[in-house]
Amino acid sequence: MLTISNLTVFYGAIQALDSISLEVNQGEIVTMIGANGAGKSTTIRSISGLVRPRSGEIIFEGKPIQELPAHEIVKIGIGQSPEGRRVFANMTVRENLELGAYTRLQKKVEVSSDIEKMFTLFPRLKERERQSAGTLSGGEQQMLAIGRALMTRPRLLLLDEPSLGLAPFLVQSIFQIIRDINRQGVTVLLVEQNANQALRIANRGYVLETGNVVLAESAENLLKNDDVRKAYLGE
Amino acid sequence: MIGKSMRFWIVRFLTIVGILLGMFFLSKIITDNLDSYYYQILIQCGIFITLAVSLNLINGITGQFSIGHAGFYAVGAYVGASWTLLWQPRFLHSAPFLQMGTTFGDAINLVIALVLGVLAAAMAGFVVGLPSLRLRGDYLAIVTLGFGEVIRIVVLNIDEVGGARGLSGIPTLVSTGGMAVFWVFLLVIAVVVLSKNLLQSVRGLTWLAVREDEIAADAMGVNTTKVKVTAFVIGSAFAGAAGVLYAHFFTGISPDVFDMNTSIVITTMVVLGGTGSVTGAILAATLLTSLPEMLRFLKDYRMVIYSLSLIIMMLTRPQGLFGTKEIGWKSFHRRRRTSAGGSAAA
Ligand SMILES: Nc1ncnc2c1ncn2[C@@H]1O[C@H](COP(=O)(O)OP(=O)(O)O)[C@@H](O)[C@H]1O
Ligand SMILES: [Mg+2]
Repeated sequence: MLTISNLTVFYGAIQALDSISLEVNQGEIVTMIGANGAGKSTTIRSISGLVRPRSGEIIFEGKPIQELPAHEIVKIGIGQSPEGRRVFANMTVRENLELGAYTRLQKKVEVSSDIEKMFTLFPRLKERERQSAGTLSGGEQQMLAIGRALMTRPRLLLLDEPSLGLAPFLVQSIFQIIRDINRQGVTVLLVEQNANQALRIANRGYVLETGNVVLAESAENLLKNDDVRKAYLGE
Repeated sequence: MIGKSMRFWIVRFLTIVGILLGMFFLSKIITDNLDSYYYQILIQCGIFITLAVSLNLINGITGQFSIGHAGFYAVGAYVGASWTLLWQPRFLHSAPFLQMGTTFGDAINLVIALVLGVLAAAMAGFVVGLPSLRLRGDYLAIVTLGFGEVIRIVVLNIDEVGGARGLSGIPTLVSTGGMAVFWVFLLVIAVVVLSKNLLQSVRGLTWLAVREDEIAADAMGVNTTKVKVTAFVIGSAFAGAAGVLYAHFFTGISPDVFDMNTSIVITTMVVLGGTGSVTGAILAATLLTSLPEMLRFLKDYRMVIYSLSLIIMMLTRPQGLFGTKEIGWKSFHRRRRTSAGGSAAA
């Protein structure tokens, strides 16, 4: 579904990605783990058109997309919950969700039923429907960011550290929700520092170190890998 | 039976005709009864309300920072005045419907001047806006500041439009038949209605999203460059229209009417009103236009008091007079916005 080959990205003189390649197949949950600054967010930003790679190719469903602007990427079926959530703080929860579907807001019934689906997935958001997003807790904002991304009706969902800064019991439920979303047919590329949890729900994983892919394995094998256990699972 | 949508259009048409007629008579009454000094202040207020509300589309609603609005005001004024003073007499002086001095001919000429002034200002807005709005950050402030000065200096050096002396003796098209108030009101209503409708619409939601968080808006599929350029071009176009009316009411323009000071005053009106609030921009424009006049009795201390009151207002209400709030339609606006998804929540 998504194939990245030899992707190299610079921020000015700083090299963030050094010719990485990775693949996401239809129906999978693929996770990217790695320390801070490894280049995980840069990979996500390259896919979603928010940074321009210096070289390399990103192919989505057979078409190269590395030249497309961000708003076109959303239209072809790639949605994202960006690093740091970035909800629209002064807008209501409902307005945030509507913005995810703004290209089809004229279809009121359809959008309304999609919003109801989000409320089924995240009952907490239903209670906060008319509250401004800035007043939500961290966990609720994360749910909103994921819900807003799902409102774009993505076939591939990019999630950048959805569990960051959340209380442990919330982390559990976020991962549970990601699994549910995947079961409903959405392919997921999940960036996480919480390697343990991420590998438990993922099919496959990539380990990034300073802009390079150092390991690419099934999640099962990565969980058993001694180096991974030492470096990312704190054992 | 008349269909529902047919009835809607009939009602809408009658409303517009009603408003136009009402404005026409109102402007007659004001023109006949208002002392000419206050009359001028009233016109000046209308022009600055247009400037402030149009800049609010750019700085307030989409969250950009333009500080050269007077440049587009100047483009409109000079292009509009060029039509009535230079081009029309030279090329079309004997055209049957374009005779100036008759109510009808003046109205037609004014409309032509408006169209030309608006188009020129919009084009200038596009040329300035497109390259600078693609980039994030403060480029727009620098570029617009520069643009305002460039326009002033260009005009200063074109003899055709009077150089430093400016243009005088512009036919007072708007005043024929006491229509000045009518035209200015029309422009104010146009820019205010456009802003209000925008804020209630889906498109407005995306404009506000750009202000809130441009990266997140991008990630939702909003074409943020298009939103910013559209806001900038529309804002510039209205500034151009304000310039055309200014030129044809005061009948004289010169480069110093459109200097950096004017840009700063317009920007101040938007900030003082509460960035993003249309009501605030209207109020602040009225206040800042009439306050210097009301303070005339203070003689030499006038501008000192004026500046002091500005500083006090900013210190006591840094979010602006209105913050991001609106008077009158806020409740409506909320209801409309949240109902975009239907009645499922009810
Ligand atoms: N906007 C930026 N400007 C300059 N350097 C950046 C920027 N964003 C990230 N970097 C650098 O690129 C590298 C990769 O960052 P990032 O992709 O954010 O890593 P991760 O998400 O894995 O923590 C880091 O060295 C980081 O300092
Ligand atoms: Mg990151």
